[in-house]
Amino acid sequence: MNTNLPTSAPAPTHAPLIELKDVHFGYGQPVNTGRKILDGVTLSIERGKVTALMGASGGGKTTVLRLIGGQVKAQQGEVLFDNSNIATLDQNGLYAVRRRMGMLFQFGAIFSDLSAFDNVAFPLRELTDLSEPMIRDIVLMKLHAVGLRGARDLMPSELSGGMARRVALARAMALDPELVMYDEPFAGLDPISLGTSGQLIRQLNDALGITSIIVSHDLEETFLIADKVIILANGKIAAQGTPDEVKNSDDPLVHQFVNAKADGPVKFQYPGASIEEDFGSGVKLPVKTGNSK
Amino acid sequence: MSWLSPSDIGFAVRSALANIGHAARLFVRLVSLAGASFKRFGLIRDQIHFLGNYSLLIITVSGLFVGFVLGLQGYYTLQRYGSSEALGLLVALSLVRELGPVITALLFAGRAGTALTAEVGIMKRDEVLAYMEMSAIDPIARILAPRFWGGVIAMPILAAVFSAVGILGGYVVGVLMIGIDGGSFWSQMQGGVDVWRDVGNGVIKSVVFGVAVTFIALFQGYEAQPTPEGVARATTRTVVMGSLAVLGLDFMLTAMMFSI
Repeated sequence: MNTNLPTSAPAPTHAPLIELKDVHFGYGQPVNTGRKILDGVTLSIERGKVTALMGASGGGKTTVLRLIGGQVKAQQGEVLFDNSNIATLDQNGLYAVRRRMGMLFQFGAIFSDLSAFDNVAFPLRELTDLSEPMIRDIVLMKLHAVGLRGARDLMPSELSGGMARRVALARAMALDPELVMYDEPFAGLDPISLGTSGQLIRQLNDALGITSIIVSHDLEETFLIADKVIILANGKIAAQGTPDEVKNSDDPLVHQFVNAKADGPVKFQYPGASIEEDFGSGVKLPVKTGNSK
Repeated sequence: MSWLSPSDIGFAVRSALANIGHAARLFVRLVSLAGASFKRFGLIRDQIHFLGNYSLLIITVSGLFVGFVLGLQGYYTLQRYGSSEALGLLVALSLVRELGPVITALLFAGRAGTALTAEVGIMKRDEVLAYMEMSAIDPIARILAPRFWGGVIAMPILAAVFSAVGILGGYVVGVLMIGIDGGSFWSQMQGGVDVWRDVGNGVIKSVVFGVAVTFIALFQGYEAQPTPEGVARATTRTVVMGSLAVLGLDFMLTAMMFSI
């Protein structure tokens, strides 16, 4: 139990909350073998803003979240959270920083054996010495904020996918973090839940003065709520700016992404042996390089 | 790539060594977390309930039948030498020294060990463990340690239940069915079983087996590939490695106990 929780009041500074400086990351050692996920990425996340990380699957968006949370370490370059280098922290330091973050996992990652109420109460019971009546009030407030105060006694098996994610959101907000990271908050949601989730992210960000990072594929919803959009492709930043700036970018890669083209700078075919090597020369394959949409 | 190529052999050896290192570090962590875990005894109590209570049925039924069989087989051998009234002693020594701890541990690996591996593996797959890491809640302290100590405590209790029920089974067959004198059945047992040499050694065995089986189950779950096949494979490994570890440790412990 830790009673010395860091205060969550944002520091009175306009410096970015998070900075990535020339970050390289890939699976496989040494650095230059294996598949490279991030190849010299430099970006900053401004305080109090909703920043969206977008790009093709496997493009390194989730990796950026994991770097910020210190779950993986950059092979080269620095990841700074409020000016402290995540990679140099020991476990206590890392845990102190993580108490200032909340993370919403793609499928919620809620405890299947605990009710909605107990799931939200979990971090409060583990990390604070608050009394049960106090915890009850906080949990009900957080559940109310995501519209699930009435569902407090439901078990995860009785919740829909969208509701489970809202419970997870209430849990991520339980300790009033400065930063909330959303990993694919819109994946697999019906249109109503999708709109609700988008508004919820925006409202929580503005009402509580927190910083939000969204990793998402959903162009429409993300462009609607984000202040800044960063598009990652092939391990590098392809474009960044306000949603309008990104939409109007004439970079071929961004054009491909924003207009949902199957082939372009981001290849449809996974790199491998050439067609000639696999099928002999002179063979023409009816490969669809897709003008879908 | 050939399986005999030096690089593949080197990779396999390094992976195996890394695996042993991970296991050793996790074990040291779990043992060093004993104090912190027992401070929150409620968590351990829940695990003793989950692992112990729910294993009671299979343990008591197995114990009863093993006792029946010991009664029959023991009588068959002893009556050749005209010492069938020593049946109580034979049943009790077999159970307390050997069969109680070993069979309980094998059943425990199958019943509770698999449950632990699957539970932890699926928590990993559902990113619950990653959520805890990201929320500054140590999953080893919060999830693994209470399960470990719960298993270590539950195992000797289950072994004691197994032996007790087995002795009753031997009584039912020997005294009630075959008709051996009940008085000599109990008095031979009372006179021949030593609290420290026999019961004590049995308890030591069951504690060691409890540590081994519970740790193997947790390690397999914690290191499982976070996919359905990965969890399935980890669960299988728990049973195979847990059972082999129990039998191997049993031989070593028995040899040591005889030499003392």
